[in-house]
Amino acid sequence: MENLIALLIAAPLLGAAVLLVGGRRLDAVGHWIGTFLSAASFVFGLILFADLLGKDAEHRTLTQHLWTWISVGGFQADVTFRLDQLSMTFVLLITGVGSLIHLYSVGYMEHDERRRRFFGYLNLFLAAMLLLVLADNYLLLYVGWEGVGLASYLLIGFWQHKPSAATAAKKAFLVNRVGDMGLSIAIMLMFTTFGSFAFGPVLSHTGDTSEGKLTAIGLMLLLAACGKSAQVPLQSWLGDAMEGPTPVSALIHAATMVTAGVYLIVRSGAIFNAAPDAQLAVTVVGAVTLLFGAIVGCAKDDIKKALAGSTMSQIGYMVLAAGLGPIGYVFAIMHLVTHGFFKAGLFLGAGSVMHGMNDEVDMRKYGGLRKYMPVTFITFGLGYLAIIGFPGLSGFFSKDKIIEAAFAKGGTEGWILGGAALLGAAITAFYMTRVMLMTFFGEERWRDRPTRSPEEPSAEPAAAHQGGAASGHAAAATGEPHPHESPKIMTIPMVVLAVGSVFGGAFFSLGDRFLHWLEPVTGHSEGDSPLSAATVTGATMVCLVVGVAIAWAQYGRKPVPALAPRGSLLTRAARRDLYQDDFNHVVLVRGGEHLTRSLVYVDHTLVDGVVNGTAAGFGGLSGRLRRLQNGFVRSYAVSMFGGAALLVAATLLMRAV
Amino acid sequence: MNPVNYLYLAALLFTIGATGVLIRRNAIVVFMCIELMLNACNLAFVAFSRMHGNLDGQIIAFFTMVVAAAEVVVGLAIIVSLFRTRHSASVDDASLMKL
Amino acid sequence: MTAQHLAAYTTSTGEAFQFWVLGTVAVVGALCTVFMRRAVHSALCLAGTMIVLAVFYLANGAYFLGIVQIVVYTGAIMMLFLFVVMLVGVTAADSLKETIKGQRWLALLCGIGFGVLLFAGIGNASLTEFNGTGQANANGNVEGLASLIFTKYVFAFEITGALLITAAVGAMVLTHRERTERARTQRELSEQRVREGKHVPPLPAPGVYARHNAVDIAGLLPDGTPSELTVSKTLRERGQIRDVSAEALNDLRALEQRAEERLERTAIEPATFKRPEEASK
Repeated sequence: MENLIALLIAAPLLGAAVLLVGGRRLDAVGHWIGTFLSAASFVFGLILFADLLGKDAEHRTLTQHLWTWISVGGFQADVTFRLDQLSMTFVLLITGVGSLIHLYSVGYMEHDERRRRFFGYLNLFLAAMLLLVLADNYLLLYVGWEGVGLASYLLIGFWQHKPSAATAAKKAFLVNRVGDMGLSIAIMLMFTTFGSFAFGPVLSHTGDTSEGKLTAIGLMLLLAACGKSAQVPLQSWLGDAMEGPTPVSALIHAATMVTAGVYLIVRSGAIFNAAPDAQLAVTVVGAVTLLFGAIVGCAKDDIKKALAGSTMSQIGYMVLAAGLGPIGYVFAIMHLVTHGFFKAGLFLGAGSVMHGMNDEVDMRKYGGLRKYMPVTFITFGLGYLAIIGFPGLSGFFSKDKIIEAAFAKGGTEGWILGGAALLGAAITAFYMTRVMLMTFFGEERWRDRPTRSPEEPSAEPAAAHQGGAASGHAAAATGEPHPHESPKIMTIPMVVLAVGSVFGGAFFSLGDRFLHWLEPVTGHSEGDSPLSAATVTGATMVCLVVGVAIAWAQYGRKPVPALAPRGSLLTRAARRDLYQDDFNHVVLVRGGEHLTRSLVYVDHTLVDGVVNGTAAGFGGLSGRLRRLQNGFVRSYAVSMFGGAALLVAATLLMRAV
Repeated sequence: MNPVNYLYLAALLFTIGATGVLIRRNAIVVFMCIELMLNACNLAFVAFSRMHGNLDGQIIAFFTMVVAAAEVVVGLAIIVSLFRTRHSASVDDASLMKL
Repeated sequence: MTAQHLAAYTTSTGEAFQFWVLGTVAVVGALCTVFMRRAVHSALCLAGTMIVLAVFYLANGAYFLGIVQIVVYTGAIMMLFLFVVMLVGVTAADSLKETIKGQRWLALLCGIGFGVLLFAGIGNASLTEFNGTGQANANGNVEGLASLIFTKYVFAFEITGALLITAAVGAMVLTHRERTERARTQRELSEQRVREGKHVPPLPAPGVYARHNAVDIAGLLPDGTPSELTVSKTLRERGQIRDVSAEALNDLRALEQRAEERLERTAIEPATFKRPEEASK
């Protein structure tokens, strides 16, 4: 049964190789190959899952040693896979959601010339992501980590003819490098501290290691997680990453890759448990990011960017939960899974809306679409209800647990973190209601108006439009859009995901199924909450209602202006992503420029000055000394004679003394 | 008269010879000045021989003469070949080892 | 005591007189060696100095060395010098003008400084014990030297022998020029001359048209100008050709004048007359 683990990765890897190497002769069937191999991987995952369920909770860890990768002295790296409950959860999420999105992409990318390549990249991503979650040591995990970074880069910049997409891809890559640096340093620290980087030795020896070292490793891992999961301060790339095709946003930048940071923290839980300072930093990052993302999400008119802000915020919840330690690990993963469902669904819904609206992304040019695309409306609506935590839907269960756990942290920290989480819940309700109202309700603002004005180029380019306008609605880009429902191949995945969004949370939570499933890996402890579970739930409900009410008051009762009003100071700041890029530019780019300039100056004046000055000094000295070497033997004779005279003088002098 | 005067004379001749080496450009004259210096030394050795009352000084002077003869042979041969190649006996003309 | 000692080593008045007179000659000879413009004069002055030194050797009891100085040094070595001087050019006078900046002053400074130091050194030395060579020369100077050379200094003596042979071989190697190509025969040389069309007959002899027949005087062409072809190449390169053309031309002009007077003819215009070589240019 262990041998299936390698096949999990091999299937999408084979797909990537075939699709990328195969060339144009596979254009006709390439997308089906990719989808089939992704689904195959999912089937393998299901078989393994069934196998795991058939075992005791204690024996649900499978390992497969493929080969020894590096063996140099005491340095040993193996290609070994480890399938336990945590990996299994991720495998099912990745392959399941991934397969659905493959299917969706078949429709979404139908008219794109480079669809085969797109599927190749998607398969590459799946392989790398599976490698990441199945690796049995941090070095192999790092390979997957870099692999998903590469796939992310390739897919964000998939429409590379657009300068904005190319820039966004580069930005994502660069910001991720900062995080990757953290991971590589963490791995090096692990090797020097534990003499190994396999999960087993590292995570079982945290007890007999100094807390300072563990804190350092933990902070470096947190840096890595920040980069990959778009947490403050490395959050700036996620918004721009929406330049990629919408399925990519759904799969990579909502459901799976951006949660790799959470996986890393939960997987390294033993390290964080032993390093409270690092844990505190994790919770702070999570809390700040969940508010940051939520605020940014409130102000964006671009539907995908609003959802990106939401993603950031939801991952903030997960990181917060992961930072809480054993109280929160399970809920972080649970929220991760439910979020994978509803956020992927929301993104697919957004893609479907754009698909029907000539790739318009500005929500101010939507409105009243519920009549024209009912399936999208219903699935999106269910996702919406799930994310805001409507009672009974999956977001309700997972988010409520996180808020409870935050309060259970205890002390002032617990109050602050819990408060932040509650506030985040209110803001989530607000901005998601805003998205919902602006898109599906209200007057039809797209009528009698070209959807894309020349001054405001859409994020999705003309080439994307070929993929978007699937069913003969390739109307002139500047003409009035004709909203319509997307084809079946796109709606079916949305329906499946919506079902998951609705019932996932309840299925996991009732009877604490998910808790029992994951507990052997992550451990669990009940916190000491100052508030009862019912109180927290009640408070969450109140926040929810308040958020929805404010949003309705602002966007439901009054008509939405077609042009964005100037807005308050906070709104304007949020529109600019709370000045994150400006901050980066001023502090990092300018600072770096000044630093390099001053270094160049020092190099030119001081270093070159010393070097050239020495050379010039010796040159000048030699030029003067050279005159002594005039080639006339008589001059040399004078020197000899003078020297002899000096010798005689010295002799006499010594005798006199 | 004190025989030390021979030594003063030898010193004087030596100095004149050395100065001549430095001043003259004609290789033959330079060579003659070197001979003068050698002879001055010989005079000093002979005077020392008298001073010490043994013949060692004279022996040294004798050897000096032999060496001087050998030196003259080789030196003049050098001057001749120099003259052949450069058509000049001036030591300043053989200044090829300068920049 | 010291005064007594010193008094004991004082030389005879005759030797003192000889020292002062011949010493002056030696110094003058040395100075002339340095400052004479012609190498041959320098050589002669040096020879004089050396003879004086030979006399001093004799006066100091070094009889063998004194004779050797005259026979070997002055007789042989100085003659060798003179041969080389002849080879290089006996009449060439050197310019005493200094060409290296500061060389003369530096040389004088070094020389005077060195001399002063030597004098100071000799003056400071405690040269109190003049034993005289009487004891050492008791069995004869030559016998004394010989017994030392063949006993105490026998190795040095052998080595100087080797040195002399090496020097002789070295001199031969230095002056010998290896022929790098086959020597051309008389026949080949004449064939080459004919082929080149230059100087097919023998070169003109010097002094044919002049009243001189010395080798360093160029023969005169019919118009009285000297022809360099008539003088040997070596002399030409040394610039040792004596030009008597002016004299010859004057004689010619006087001859023509007299002929004119006698024949009562007008003079030939010199301007219209040109040497064939010049006309061809």
